[in-house]
Amino acid sequence: MGDAAKKLPRIEINPKLCKGCSICVDFCPTNVLEMRGTCVAVKDLAACTRCQLCDLRCPDFAIQVFD
Amino acid sequence: MSVPAEKKEKISVPFDYNKYLRPGKLPHIWCPGCGHGIVLKAMLRAIDKLGIDKDNVCVVSGIGCSSRTPGYVDFNTLHTLHGRALSFATGIKLARPDMKVIVVTGDGDALAIGGNHFIHTCRRNIDITALVFTNAIYGMTGGQYSPTTPLESIATTSRYGNIEPPFDTCEMAKAAGATFVARGTAYHTLELEKTIYEALMHKGTSVVDIIDACPTYFGRMNKYKSATHMMEAMEKDGTVSVKQVDKLPPEKVAGKMLRGVLHKIDRPEYCEQYALLVQEKAQAKSK
Amino acid sequence: MAEKQKKRLMQGNEACVEGALYAGCKFYAGYPITPSTEIAEGMSVRLPKIGGKFIQMEDEIGGIAAAIGGSLAGLKSLTATSGPGFSLKQECLGYACLAEIPLVIVNVMRGGPSTGYPTGPSQADIMQAKWGTHGDHPAIAVTPAYVQEILTETVRAFNLAEKYRTPVIVLYDEIVGHMREPITIPAPGELAVVDREKVTCKPDEYFPYDERFEIPPLAPFGTGYRFHVTGLNHKKDGFPTNDSKQIGEGNMRIMRKIDNHLDEIWKNEEIGLEDAEIAVVAIGSTARSARYAVNEARSMGIKAGLLRPLTLWPFPDKAVTELSKRVKAIIVPEMNLGQMVLEVQRCSKKAEVLGVHRVDGEPINPGQIIEAIKSFK
Ligand SMILES: Cc1ncc(C[n+]2csc(CCOP(=O)(O)OP(=O)(O)O)c2C)c(N)n1
Ligand code: SF4
Ligand code: SF4
Ligand code: SF4
Repeated sequence: MGDAAKKLPRIEINPKLCKGCSICVDFCPTNVLEMRGTCVAVKDLAACTRCQLCDLRCPDFAIQVFD
Repeated sequence: MSVPAEKKEKISVPFDYNKYLRPGKLPHIWCPGCGHGIVLKAMLRAIDKLGIDKDNVCVVSGIGCSSRTPGYVDFNTLHTLHGRALSFATGIKLARPDMKVIVVTGDGDALAIGGNHFIHTCRRNIDITALVFTNAIYGMTGGQYSPTTPLESIATTSRYGNIEPPFDTCEMAKAAGATFVARGTAYHTLELEKTIYEALMHKGTSVVDIIDACPTYFGRMNKYKSATHMMEAMEKDGTVSVKQVDKLPPEKVAGKMLRGVLHKIDRPEYCEQYALLVQEKAQAKSK
Repeated sequence: MAEKQKKRLMQGNEACVEGALYAGCKFYAGYPITPSTEIAEGMSVRLPKIGGKFIQMEDEIGGIAAAIGGSLAGLKSLTATSGPGFSLKQECLGYACLAEIPLVIVNVMRGGPSTGYPTGPSQADIMQAKWGTHGDHPAIAVTPAYVQEILTETVRAFNLAEKYRTPVIVLYDEIVGHMREPITIPAPGELAVVDREKVTCKPDEYFPYDERFEIPPLAPFGTGYRFHVTGLNHKKDGFPTNDSKQIGEGNMRIMRKIDNHLDEIWKNEEIGLEDAEIAVVAIGSTARSARYAVNEARSMGIKAGLLRPLTLWPFPDKAVTELSKRVKAIIVPEMNLGQMVLEVQRCSKKAEVLGVHRVDGEPINPGQIIEAIKSFK
């Protein structure tokens, strides 16, 4: 478990596509994301569990989480 | 503890939507927080699971915000007229039974102006999957009430509260003869993907009623704070899974819509029946 | 084949079925309505035998919509209707015009407005055939007057639809539709049959509305060309546009592809026009009365003649204008309150134009036309 936890995921946000609805922020179980103006941003990458919920519920193809 | 190989892969590789999106068409026209985009993504993942050649998929829609879906996806795509998608689709399916025909339609498109086509498509049991994007409002024309707008809800044409009782899309589809009827929500997105996949795998008319949010009109007029709020209140708390309904106390079920596969039966499919008629009757007679 | 060449007594609507099949029609979708129902009935028997597709839809809108779907999937498609059903089909007709989907729509005209006189003849959908759907759009309508001609004109309608990638209307009245006359079914090859142009380019080079072509070829769905079709104004790739230049250009091109080929699309029959002083312009069963009237007038020593458009839309402007320079008067008998006569007036340069009209469900008889001819003597 130790190894996997150390490697941080890569969260790709496409600011051209993000419409700032904040759905991903609101549903992230571990509070990784936050709104900065009208675009989402990563606030606490280490907390990300790679659960993909942000991607799954983003209506705009604007966020994806890579291992 | 080691993560099982397949699970690990699923986690580390997000779905590559670009495989099915037409290049250069994003951002889409939908408003911030509109549920249609979430449903579109679930639909693409479900189609991917089919493992079918894109050339053999046809996506047909009517008119409405939801009906803009075909423009973004890399299949044979047809954006038709308000309410008529199922009829255009019926023509394509009958002419090319080997093609996978998917109809994307709004609740107004499918059930108001297209209601007649909807019930007759179900009755024929032609092999078409209809995905009804139910946002309980006419989005494209600015938030008028639709056949699924709940009683007392506010719309731009029901400022004093809606007095028309809504349809239960699934009950209607079932009564009309659809052989696969299910409901999903944008909130339960993985479950929705699975439901759409099952619908696509089913032979016959399959209808998936998909509850999603129109924050711009339904949300604002009915005092929802955000798209998230709508998803939680209407989709998460407003539905219960058919798998759980029996285990829950009645007060937790009252007034909620059922989610999951609600009806699935086998009945002869229209195009197959047509092919039989040709082989066994029409052509036999002419010999 | 020899057997096929035999004369057969046939009803107009049955001849329409024969024409459609001769032209290679493989798809029918429609909804029954008097006086066009025999077409649906005929297609329902014949199409399954040749591997074609027939479906009775839940209404006329569904009928034309499914036929457009069938056509997009590559099959020559037909829908047939009358009055009220023709009204219902209008929105889809416009769709086929803008999306450029080949299609044949038969309208067997009955008395209107509304449910009107279902079993009675009429020619009151002449303007509807041109202007029934909203927006400016191209219109082709062919107007047979004889049972044999319903067959040949239905074939021509399919040819025009495929060649110009547009819906074509076969417009005739209840009298011709229900009349029985002996006809011969042409042998294969006897009449020209136009098939849809094949797309041969690579999929990534294909544009369904490529402005480099006057009439861009249409690839059937499911053949490797994954393109988009919409009823919104669109660009060459089929995707919607808000660009005024592209909207204007698209709207003009669908008109131009017809306007540039008027001489190929127009078709008239002329009787006794060489020396005529009084001309009659008529279509359908009214033209049959007119032919009789013209012959009668001639036997009375009146130099009368008949111009019978077989292509009503686009209207035969040139033929009527030329005629109007040669004759004293043009008489336009029609079973409506004055529709085609407006077009004749628009095109007439010198001649006086007189309409003869009737909307009581009775045909215009030769006597009425002779009276009108005599009034100019
Ligand atoms: C014949 C016709 N009538 C009305 C309209 C106007 N119109 C366009 S979309 C629409 C309603 C769309 O609502 P729905 O189908 O629920 O889809 P949504 O926009 O909510 O996704 C209406 C009434 C039209 N385009 N055509
Ligand atoms: S993957 Fe899960 S935990 Fe990570 S940011 Fe997205 S929602 Fe939050
Ligand atoms: S859900 Fe998507 S569009 Fe909405 S804020 Fe997050 S990334 Fe942006
Ligand atoms: S109006 Fe409503 S349905 Fe239409 S795009 Fe906006 S949020 Fe979505």
